[in-house]
Amino acid sequence: MSETAQKDAKTADNDVERRLNMIEAINDALDIMLDRDPDVIVMGEDVGYFGGVFRCTAGLQEKFGKTRVFDTPISECGIIGVAVGMGAYGLRPVPEIQFADYIYPGLDQLISEAARLRYRSAAEYIAPLTVRSPFGGGIFGGQTHSQSPESIFTHVSGLKTVIPSTPYDAKGLLISAIEDNDPVIFFEPKRIYNGPFSGYYDKPVEPWKKHEQSKVPEGYYSIPLGKARTVREGGEMTILAYGTMVHVVESVAREKGVDAEILDLRTLVPLDIEAIEASVRKTGRCMIVHEATRTSGFGAELSALVQERCFYHLEAPIARVTGFDTPYPHSLEWAYFPGPVRIGEAIDKLLSE
Amino acid sequence: MAKASTPKSGDADHAGADDGFSLKALQEKFEAQRRYDASDDEMMRFYEQMLLIRRFEEKAGQLYGLGLIGGFCHLYIGQEAVAIGLQSALDNDRDSVITGYRDHGHMLAYGIDPKVIMAELTGRAAGISKGKGGSMHMFSTEHKFYGGHGIVGAQVPLGGGLALAHQYNDDGGLCLAYFGDGAANQGQVYETFNMAALWNLPIVFVVENNQYAMGTAVKRSSAETEFYRRGAAFRIPGMDVNGMDVLEVRGAAEVAFDHVRSGNGPVLMECNTYRYRGHSMSDPAKYRTREEVQDFRDTKDPIEGLKKTLMDKGKSEDELKDIDKRIRKIVGEAADFAENSPEPDAQELYTDVLVGQY
Repeated sequence: MSETAQKDAKTADNDVERRLNMIEAINDALDIMLDRDPDVIVMGEDVGYFGGVFRCTAGLQEKFGKTRVFDTPISECGIIGVAVGMGAYGLRPVPEIQFADYIYPGLDQLISEAARLRYRSAAEYIAPLTVRSPFGGGIFGGQTHSQSPESIFTHVSGLKTVIPSTPYDAKGLLISAIEDNDPVIFFEPKRIYNGPFSGYYDKPVEPWKKHEQSKVPEGYYSIPLGKARTVREGGEMTILAYGTMVHVVESVAREKGVDAEILDLRTLVPLDIEAIEASVRKTGRCMIVHEATRTSGFGAELSALVQERCFYHLEAPIARVTGFDTPYPHSLEWAYFPGPVRIGEAIDKLLSE
Repeated sequence: MAKASTPKSGDADHAGADDGFSLKALQEKFEAQRRYDASDDEMMRFYEQMLLIRRFEEKAGQLYGLGLIGGFCHLYIGQEAVAIGLQSALDNDRDSVITGYRDHGHMLAYGIDPKVIMAELTGRAAGISKGKGGSMHMFSTEHKFYGGHGIVGAQVPLGGGLALAHQYNDDGGLCLAYFGDGAANQGQVYETFNMAALWNLPIVFVVENNQYAMGTAVKRSSAETEFYRRGAAFRIPGMDVNGMDVLEVRGAAEVAFDHVRSGNGPVLMECNTYRYRGHSMSDPAKYRTREEVQDFRDTKDPIEGLKKTLMDKGKSEDELKDIDKRIRKIVGEAADFAENSPEPDAQELYTDVLVGQY
């Protein structure tokens, strides 16, 4: 830890009771990084004058001016391509893609340029951009405002993929992502921007302030990429989740009184495989939960890794609870969403095997 | 005048020396008679159709507030003259239409039953796309309406494909491809412009410039804010149209459709309009002043404008009020239908994913 960081960490300790939701925590991280590093630039559709459609960049243009925080046209390919160029020249751009569903026009730039620039220039150039993008469902957004495309990016070597699940993590991970010299896809689960989600869509949203992880210290702190968080310890089974599903899984485990160990992966690439391996070796049972579609979803990769490393410790087949292999539905959202009923049934099955 | 000959698709020589003349001539032809000379009956029909869109959208806003419509819902209030002016000039047996996510008005312009549109908004099985598409993703093969697309600008290349199919099938149809001032900055729009001009496709690109790309004003996101000029680099003639006047939009449609049907290739039309509501229901529209919105409502409203013309022509206030009453009843029935229809069966989740089973 640098001297500055130590000083900041101390400052942070003095104010641990400050409660933020995820939007405020992200805004805080951007604010801090814009302040610390003149090379950091925030750009995207509606992020400047308007402050972002989810308000993550509210007030930043006023504070840092239009050269540091600016609006772009609705041109995702252009936004990402320009950010790659900025990064190659030494800047540290943080472009926002308003919804993960809008990222596809920028895929060519992300895959062929951002992810590959360092390799093909033999490390002469890097693309240290952090693409922030709200993702995931649970907000009745239909097929073009609900997708979870993380495994498209984890499949591309040269990219890192980060998915926070709490305000505390969102801030610390975003700061690490911005400081990271590689291109990072930073997916923000928009269902939990304002509060954790139990999976019961007909219950009122519980605000973040009641949640332990909404304590967000002031000032700089970072959480290293590639370290999972143990949400709770347990002995009967290991549940691997990230983003919104961390909270759904936690609520189901609590409700059922099952002694599950829940790991919030936090970053998919790099992956904390050691933590996963240690946990599954201990519990002997493994369940993977994600919102994204099942086939070639990140759960498939996790499942393969777990069986490669923990095969002789497994007492039951690895279970996956995921979205179905369909486009994200409009009217049947809660049938698609891997909610408490499906997770609960899968837990029962896994324990009975 | 537009060229009378019909250049062949892919004929590299067709972009000849008189193209500059042709680009200018289209606007000149439009300027010669900007407003369509509508009969009284036609004007009454335009009035009814625009009012239906207005009342439908107001009701949709209410249903959203009640939680019956969820997620994303983009209202067309203020822009009614664009869809009605253009689509009233279509040959519905031949022509196709495609648009973005602000699509309720374009469907109503076809005379599609408001019940099945509203039921799509509420995600019910009786919706026009079986509740699977929702507000942003609705379709009607019967009317050659190709949606309803949620990704900004993504429908424009599809419009190019529809036009290519019209040309390939030699069916005499054209494609009307709408997009917004925000979408006008997507690269794929210009890829399509180039192909459409290169291959001489029968397509009318319509920029519905409602002045805001979500929360960003045109001047803050666009280097060239006169969108009708943006085709010039591709030799596509542009037209600058007041989208708040249904008769002017219809007048522009007559000129543009005639140009395209005569085999002259694409046209780019900019309809300057204004949306009164936020970008979507979750947008408080704090990026503009109340006065700006009020000024459009008070002085440029397309429905009030036509109402005045109709009353000048001798229609009585009572007659027009009766139309409003009738439309309110239709919209009320649509809302009841949309609220009381059942949701799709859970097994519908897995239908229509692929043609084949897996």
